[in-house]
Amino acid sequence: MPKDGIGASTKRREDLRFLTGKGRYTDDINLNGQLYVHFLRSDVAHATINGIDTSAAEGMPGVVRVFTAKDFEAVGGLPCGWQVTDKHGQPMQEPKHPILAEGKIRHVGEIVAAVVADSLEQARDAAEAIELDLTELPAVIDMKKAVADDSVKVHDDLTSNLCYDWGFVEENKAAVDEAFEKAAHVTTLELVNNRLVANPMEPRVAVGDYAAHNDESTLYTTSQNPHVIRLLMGAFVLGIPEHKLRVVAPDVGGGFGTKIFHYAEEAFCTFAAKQLKRPVKWTSTRSEAFMSDAHGRDHVTKIQLALDADNNFTALRTDTYANMGAYLSTFAPSVPTWLHGTLMAGNYRTPLIYVNVKAVFTNTVPVDAYRGAGRPEATYQLERCIDKAARELKVDPAELRRQNFIKPDQFPYATPVAVEYDTGNYHATLDKALELADVAGFDARAAESKARGKFRGLGISNYIEACGIAPSNLVGQLGARAGLYESATVRVNATGGIVVMTGSHSHGQGHETTFPQVIADMIGIDASQVEIVHGDTANTPMGMGTYGSRSLAVGGSAMFRATEKIIAKSKKIAAHIMEASESDIELKDGQFTVAGTDKSLAWGDVTLAAYVPHNYPLDQIEPGLEETAFYDPANFTYPSGTYICEVEVDEGTGKVEVQRFTAADDFGNVVNPMIVEGQVHGGVGQGIGQALLENCAYDADGQLLSASYMDYAMPRASDLPMITVDHSCQTPCTHNPLGVKGCGEAGAIGSPPALVNAVLDALNRNGHDVAHIDMPLSPSRVWSAMNK
Amino acid sequence: MKISMTVNGKTMSGEAEGRTLLSTFLREELGLTGTHIGCDTSQCGACTVHVDGKQVKSCTMFAAEADGATVATIEGMANSDGTLSKVQQAFQDHHGLQCGFCTPGMVMAATSLLEENPKPTEAEIRHHLEGNICRCTGYHNIVKAVLAASGQEVPAVAAE
Repeated sequence: MPKDGIGASTKRREDLRFLTGKGRYTDDINLNGQLYVHFLRSDVAHATINGIDTSAAEGMPGVVRVFTAKDFEAVGGLPCGWQVTDKHGQPMQEPKHPILAEGKIRHVGEIVAAVVADSLEQARDAAEAIELDLTELPAVIDMKKAVADDSVKVHDDLTSNLCYDWGFVEENKAAVDEAFEKAAHVTTLELVNNRLVANPMEPRVAVGDYAAHNDESTLYTTSQNPHVIRLLMGAFVLGIPEHKLRVVAPDVGGGFGTKIFHYAEEAFCTFAAKQLKRPVKWTSTRSEAFMSDAHGRDHVTKIQLALDADNNFTALRTDTYANMGAYLSTFAPSVPTWLHGTLMAGNYRTPLIYVNVKAVFTNTVPVDAYRGAGRPEATYQLERCIDKAARELKVDPAELRRQNFIKPDQFPYATPVAVEYDTGNYHATLDKALELADVAGFDARAAESKARGKFRGLGISNYIEACGIAPSNLVGQLGARAGLYESATVRVNATGGIVVMTGSHSHGQGHETTFPQVIADMIGIDASQVEIVHGDTANTPMGMGTYGSRSLAVGGSAMFRATEKIIAKSKKIAAHIMEASESDIELKDGQFTVAGTDKSLAWGDVTLAAYVPHNYPLDQIEPGLEETAFYDPANFTYPSGTYICEVEVDEGTGKVEVQRFTAADDFGNVVNPMIVEGQVHGGVGQGIGQALLENCAYDADGQLLSASYMDYAMPRASDLPMITVDHSCQTPCTHNPLGVKGCGEAGAIGSPPALVNAVLDALNRNGHDVAHIDMPLSPSRVWSAMNK
Repeated sequence: MKISMTVNGKTMSGEAEGRTLLSTFLREELGLTGTHIGCDTSQCGACTVHVDGKQVKSCTMFAAEADGATVATIEGMANSDGTLSKVQQAFQDHHGLQCGFCTPGMVMAATSLLEENPKPTEAEIRHHLEGNICRCTGYHNIVKAVLAASGQEVPAVAAE
């Protein structure tokens, strides 16, 4: 067993550069002759553009060129990567998403013009000299108003603001309604899943470059998936074939989903660099990030749970309005549908489920996947509704959940919402969480809080998510315009060291550390002999990137398969050299041995032979030792867990403090426990942020009220508690070779309902009959609920 | 105008406009890209450096204001033999960083805290780091790292 193999909390090798200022993020890249672009963004939400006078700006010092939409007439719009079919079998309404606003402005922050100049200051100064002739139009922000017959339309060429009206599973609707009529109890809950901004600490950056001598464009960008950007931008926007377009995403400072998507600024910089024959750089300010990074969540939902007289769940139905914003971001249509409706069974045996989702255009920034993407929205409504049912029925919320869990012996379990959970043990994580959270000691802690004048409450949430995205043939049927495999090339060098070129791309997850652990384990060499290359389309195989907790489950599996091919070939070489039968060759601890003999060869002897093939089976195999695998998963993976949150509420101010937080997760096998725990901490931090602090707010005119860290409440060190995490309940995934499920999003999925449930528990235990409070649970909202 | 300062023990100089922020000057003029810019309202702390021994968000100062000052950035924090400083090493040991973008500011802020208060409590650490936003770690492992760097016991709250 090598040190730093699977299961070791190996320290991260990437830390050495990040801790010493040697990280290389996109903004650290400056090219010779580089120009800077400043985007003039709309400060109104909805307007007709009558004219744009750029003449004064063009004469300003240092200005090279001012671009408007007319410069992009020959260029495509930003493509949407997923087409949802509505409940009538019709495709969704799909408006053009221009690079620069064409004729109309549809949200605050939309790019109206772009100034390219020798310096950023010159570009910014000149942008102030651009004169816009606009006719302001009424904006539509509220989703229910947007779908009313008399609403202002965001897109004149669409029939309405309804992108799609999706029913799932439409054939089940009548049976679901019938079950509700027969129910002994129905719990109904209306709630809002608040709009968030992902806010990776590194703002987005794009640097476009063009080499005239070989007609090759290069884009350096802050992306979770450089190949996806190359494909979307090359094929659909700019018309550049892949072999003439290189996309590089170096160190990426966090993403959380918002760096998946193909953005206008990337296409602009690539296009302008070719036009001007000079590199063009854009670095987002944080204010720009708030009004141009795709937002997350923003669902308004009514959920109903039907129970029989024994408190068994008999049916569930939900109606959701999902905000798309003004345009369809890259994967926006999939989030409220296939990443949300398919998870509505949660951890439970509810036999009948119907999900309706109306996706709506509004004059707001486009909304797309943010950490969890659809699954937090599903979990939040379900776990809030179950908690409300428990209170109405006066039963223990943990026991109501346990009673309705899918049982450990029922896996694989086909849900009524079209997915099959391969493995799980929800009873185990519930028991583990109850134990670690010391629920038995809660009453004593509550009494102690009460003595200090604070209300203490405890909230539970279970979650299930679908990760390891995703089987290509399945998602193709569901409307995806891409495959969702992953790739890896494993290159073994002559002296035995290994370089893995992967289509996955880390933006904080530590792939450079964990991926080598897997190969070290398989071959029995030290992990330091393996190096990871990622983030550059020029030297990695076509990959789909990192999101949806897929890197290890899909990308790691591709690497596993490629390494299996390497091992198979190296055994053939070893068999030839040791004059033994291939079937007798064993590889362990970096040594090839022949079963039943004392013959052995070191890993390095065989790799050297592959490249110096003097004594080599050239009649059977080629020299060299390099293999590629593309792995397309057979199913999603289904991580699950139980989260328990304990809060104190101040009756006088409504302020909520998180006192204890416990996460018991089942991620299947774990490669690096330290990194897995860090992922949970971070996810929980974001979930607590959503539940307590964060809110992306618009006023009725479409002004973005929370466009800086002065107004958007990011969780700070003093807002969060220490977090108890456990991943000892492991039911390994049955269909990928590593048995891993993914851990990146769990924390953000499971924590908001646990926290809100805890606050409501605190209030209801202390004489305040409050059924629900919408997130974020700010002091004002909590105080108002207590004093209504 | 020409601006000179002692950065990480070396005299360095470059050109700056009156409006050039210290953060921009360090990155663009001196090429010290370890100092990061994460916001435009002096809220995130990614650009934290030390100026004349004091912890400063370098976006809150004009470069001209630092003319003649002694500045320390993340590039100068390692020990002279190239090994990581106590704070840097504790961040690696306790996985106090993920994407690494807030990390330089966090290390500078934590170093400054321990200079002022060698044995801070968990609450004091959280309070001191309020001006530095991390989106990846939930601060859990950052707090552990700072406790460890101060030589104090690190609470075992994870099933490690």
